[in-house]
Amino acid sequence: MTKAISLTDVVKRYRRGRETVEVLHGLNLDIDEGEFVAIMGPSGSGKSTLLNLIGGLDRPDAGVVTVAEQRIDRMSGGELTRWRAGHVGFVFQFYNLMPALNAAANVELPLLLLPLSRAERRARVAAALKIVGLQDRARHKPSELSGGQQQRVAIARALVSDPPVLVCDEPTGDLDRQTANEILDLLRALSQRHGKTVVMVTHDQKAADVASRQLHVDKGQLTDMARAA
Amino acid sequence: MNYLKYHPFIWLGQLGAKYFSLVWAGLARKKLRSALTLLSIVIAFLLFGLLQGVDSAFSRGVEGAHLDRLVVQGKVSMTDQLPLADRTQIASVPGVTSVTYASWFGGYYQDPKNSIFSFPVEASTYFELFPEIVLPSDQLEALVKTRTGAIIGRKLAEKYGWKVGDAIPVKSTIWTKQDGTSDWSFQVVGIFEVPGDSGQEQRLFFNNDYFDEARSLDKGMVGWYSVQIDDPAHAAAISSAIDLLFANSDHETKTVTEKEFQQSFLKQMGDINFIVSSIIGAVFFALLFLTGNTMMQSVRERIPEFAILKTLGYSDHTVLSLVVAEGLVLALTAAALGLAGSAAAFPLLQDVVGVPHLPPAVIGLGLFYAVLLALVTALLPGLRVARLNIVNALGGR
Repeated sequence: MTKAISLTDVVKRYRRGRETVEVLHGLNLDIDEGEFVAIMGPSGSGKSTLLNLIGGLDRPDAGVVTVAEQRIDRMSGGELTRWRAGHVGFVFQFYNLMPALNAAANVELPLLLLPLSRAERRARVAAALKIVGLQDRARHKPSELSGGQQQRVAIARALVSDPPVLVCDEPTGDLDRQTANEILDLLRALSQRHGKTVVMVTHDQKAADVASRQLHVDKGQLTDMARAA
Repeated sequence: MNYLKYHPFIWLGQLGAKYFSLVWAGLARKKLRSALTLLSIVIAFLLFGLLQGVDSAFSRGVEGAHLDRLVVQGKVSMTDQLPLADRTQIASVPGVTSVTYASWFGGYYQDPKNSIFSFPVEASTYFELFPEIVLPSDQLEALVKTRTGAIIGRKLAEKYGWKVGDAIPVKSTIWTKQDGTSDWSFQVVGIFEVPGDSGQEQRLFFNNDYFDEARSLDKGMVGWYSVQIDDPAHAAAISSAIDLLFANSDHETKTVTEKEFQQSFLKQMGDINFIVSSIIGAVFFALLFLTGNTMMQSVRERIPEFAILKTLGYSDHTVLSLVVAEGLVLALTAAALGLAGSAAAFPLLQDVVGVPHLPPAVIGLGLFYAVLLALVTALLPGLRVARLNIVNALGGR
């Protein structure tokens, strides 16, 4: 199986006032293509930092980060921005949709950066909304949608430019159990049927159980791993 | 191959259409705030259009001044009268090709608020020096021959419904007649036009002979001389030569170009340009803070949204451009509405201003100021989102 994500001896430090805090201490991790990985751990353990490094939102102080066959730890800010547009989709706990835009316009946002015609963009938006089961809600604004529907729109936005990796930060943290299960089923389907590599940070053990592999981060280290049968 | 699609304007248009929904979303997020900001900018540009338009209308006469004409006036004040006898000496100065004269009559019709720019002139020479005043030759002849004759501008005729043959009563705020009254009566013998400057068609000219005979004071004196010279390059030398002629006399002169004369004439009514500039400056200064504060507040509220855009792959330049585009859409829309309002009001003010349309230069200047306003007010918040650290912004730090 080809590696979708590879982190080798990754170190990440932050400055807090005069202090420098090392959040990740020489972390190593490999994730295969099409895997659905859940990252768990207590607050401040470094799991969000890990997710930011995988998603190209931040750069390590040491070590190598390779995602979708590209070494991103050496990229400049501008290069990372361009790289993110084509290689990673993001899903957040609070959906982070543009309140003044309808669902279709929100999903279209990543496509505006690509050299596509309006018709091509429309077709891709329709396809993405169909995958998440919201084709009949395209003209609705976020305020007219439930929490679960808003998260589906966010997932459609994440996958509309067909990135190989989806990075999800507590995607079910703001949802009730039933809706959370629907979202998790959708993420699993994207991994299994569409070959997307999904990396999800969660505090919810039930959510983590849906993943094909669970990683536990504590004090900047991966402490144990559990792989689903 | 369709090369047209690579044209920069078409490319820009497509780019604008692509991102317009995003720009509009920013403005439509708080509709009331955007509408109130828009309204305040509309009012500012309405005021700008009206005031700047009036100022331009006043300046038009100055800008249209002939370079080959000088004006000889009293040295101490332009209201000082000069002897009619000076004319011969002025005409003898080398470079002077012809001389005529006029005075300020201070006329009004029925009520002092209906002022009429009226001047007693030597009809046989005055209009040769001012060929921009277009008058049929038979009407000029009638003016020369008719002692109480007067010619009026087309706009003045239309304003009061006067026509050739009418006897019109005009009062003077300055000149009384020998009978002690200030009631003057003229017979309209011609109607003139000034092509391209209808503001000049509000004037009335009549015979100085009639004026000089009938007035009770200052007989044999004139307000100023208008002098035609052979070459505008000689203006300074000729002016000095004329003034030297009358140095140390009872009526010392100050010879200036027609442009300087008209400027000082306008300043007697107040420095219109200074007043207009001061008002517009104060309005735009306040507007700068108002719009800048609104833009800053609007962007501050949307920091998480901009962080998301940057997460999705929007570059620093793109988010900066989006904020600037918001400012441009707001300022240009408001400026267009405000200037359109003032343009619509201008025909109604024609009688006051003398110009039927808002000068295109004012529209151009207004749109330039709108772009400047947008850039100044949007640049700071735009730079803030461009420099945004995504991790901190998403973490609410």
